Amino acid sequence: MDNTLPDAEALFADLKAQLASSIAFDAKLVGVFSGGAWLADRLKAELDGDHQVGYIDVSFYRDDLATNGLKSNVRSTHIPFSVEGAHIVIVDDVLFTGRSIRAAVNTLFDYGRPASVQLAVLVDRGGRELPIAADYVGVPLIVATDLMLALSKNDDGKFALTTEPWAAR
Amino acid sequence: MLSKKNLQLNDNGDLHHLLAIEGLPKRIIERILDTAESFVGINEREVKVVPLLRGKSIFNIFFENSTRTRTTFEIAAKRLSADVVSLDVGRSSTNKGETILDTIANLTAMHADMFVVRHNESGAPYLIAQHAAPHVHVVNAGDGRHEHPTQGLLDVFTIRRYKKDFTRLTVAIVGDVLHSRVARSQIHALTTLGVPEVRVIGPRTLLPADIERLGVRVFTSLEEGLKGVDVVTMLRLQNERMAGALLPSASEYFSRYGLTPQKLALAKPDAIVLHPGPMNRGVEIDSAVADGNQSVILPQVTYGIAVRMAVMAILAGATR
Repeated sequence: MDNTLPDAEALFADLKAQLASSIAFDAKLVGVFSGGAWLADRLKAELDGDHQVGYIDVSFYRDDLATNGLKSNVRSTHIPFSVEGAHIVIVDDVLFTGRSIRAAVNTLFDYGRPASVQLAVLVDRGGRELPIAADYVGVPLIVATDLMLALSKNDDGKFALTTEPWAAR
Repeated sequence: MLSKKNLQLNDNGDLHHLLAIEGLPKRIIERILDTAESFVGINEREVKVVPLLRGKSIFNIFFENSTRTRTTFEIAAKRLSADVVSLDVGRSSTNKGETILDTIANLTAMHADMFVVRHNESGAPYLIAQHAAPHVHVVNAGDGRHEHPTQGLLDVFTIRRYKKDFTRLTVAIVGDVLHSRVARSQIHALTTLGVPEVRVIGPRTLLPADIERLGVRVFTSLEEGLKGVDVVTMLRLQNERMAGALLPSASEYFSRYGLTPQKLALAKPDAIVLHPGPMNRGVEIDSAVADGNQSVILPQVTYGIAVRMAVMAILAGATR
C-alpha cells in the first residue's frame, strides 16, 4: 500500500457528508463496478433516506473494444428499480478520462429516462477527455499518468486506495 | 500448417476464431459462459441492444440452410449493434461456380469483420479461417458432421444455469450421435468442464465405432443409459437416416429410443431435458416430455442468443 495516498475512509466520510446534505431522500445510487459498487453499498447502509442501489458494468458500452478487447470478468449490470423519472447518483471510485462515466450514462438511458443524473466520486484525478464533471468529489488528486489508481476493499470492509501500473489487459 | 488449436487462439492465448470446442482450453470456455451470463440480463431489458460492436460488419454465410441458427446469430449480432448481412450462398454464387475462398475474398473486400459460416462439409470454416485477413474472425455455425461449437456452448451454459457444478453430473446424449455435430461439440465441452460421466445412448448403427475414445460410456439401451442421469440431451433424428437403411422406421425408433415420461422417470427426479431443435415430436421425443416441466428446450433458445453475443463480443475484441 502506498502511504502517500490519502486515507480512503476519510474521503468516504467526507463524500458521504456531501451527499447527505444534498441528495434527495429517495435518490437512487448506481455504483460502477467494482469500486463504485462497494461505495454505493456503503452509502446506502450509512446514509439516511430510502436509497435503492443498482450496479453497472460499463464493459458493453465502452469505446475501446478494438484496442483493449472485452475484459475477462464482465459483471452483470443490475438496476432493480425503474430508472424512468428517478433522481440518480452515479457512484464511482476514480474519475479520470470520463469515458467510463460516459458509458455508464449511456447504460442508464437504455433502462429509461431519469429525472436527473449526478456523479459522486471518491477521487478526481483530472485528465478528462470528455466534457464530464463530478457533482460530489472526495478529493482532487494528481497521480502519475502511468499509474492506475483504484479502490480496494480490505477483509474488514475498510476502503483503501492503491496504485499500480496499467495492466496490458 | 497451423494446428487447429493454434488457429483458434491468437498469440496472447485469446480466442480469435471459434471453430470447434475440441482443443479449447477450459478458461476460454468458462470466459464465454461468464460473459454470456452478463448478456442474459441485456436480453431481459426493454432495450435489448448494447453499442459494443457498432460499426462492425458481420456476414452470416450459410452454404447449408438453417433458418433457426441463422436467425439467432442475426439477433445476437444486431443486439451488439453490428451491421449484419445474411447470405444463403447455397442459392447464389456457388451455384455459378464461384469457390468458397472467392466468395470470402469478395466479402472481405466489402470490409467484413466477422464471418459466421455454416457448411455441409466438415472443416470448411477452417479453410476460411486459414485464408482470412488477420483482422477477420470466423465463427463455425456448424460444419458437416464435425462440430457446432456455439450449440455446444449454449448447451453447457443451459446446464450450468440449472445444475451449477459440472463435476458432479452424469449427462446422457441420446440418438443419432454418428451424424451429430451437436453431440461432438457437447461431449468436448462437457469433458473439458470436468463432467465425470458422459453417456451416449443409441442404436449401434448411429454411434461412431470409436466413440469411446472421446471418454464417453456407450449404451444401446435407453432404459439402462438413463438410470440416475442429471441431464438428458435428445438429438434430432434426421428422416434421411431412415431412407439410408440405418433404421427400420420412425415408430420403431420411437418405441426403443424415444423419450417418454416413463423413460425419463428412470433419470434423477430433477433431471433436465435438452434438445437442439428442431424437434421431431413422436420420433425422438414425446410431446409430454418436450412440453413438460423438466424440459429446458426453450430456455436453450433464449440462452443461445446470449452465448452467441458473448462469442462475437470476445472475438471482436481480440487482435492478431
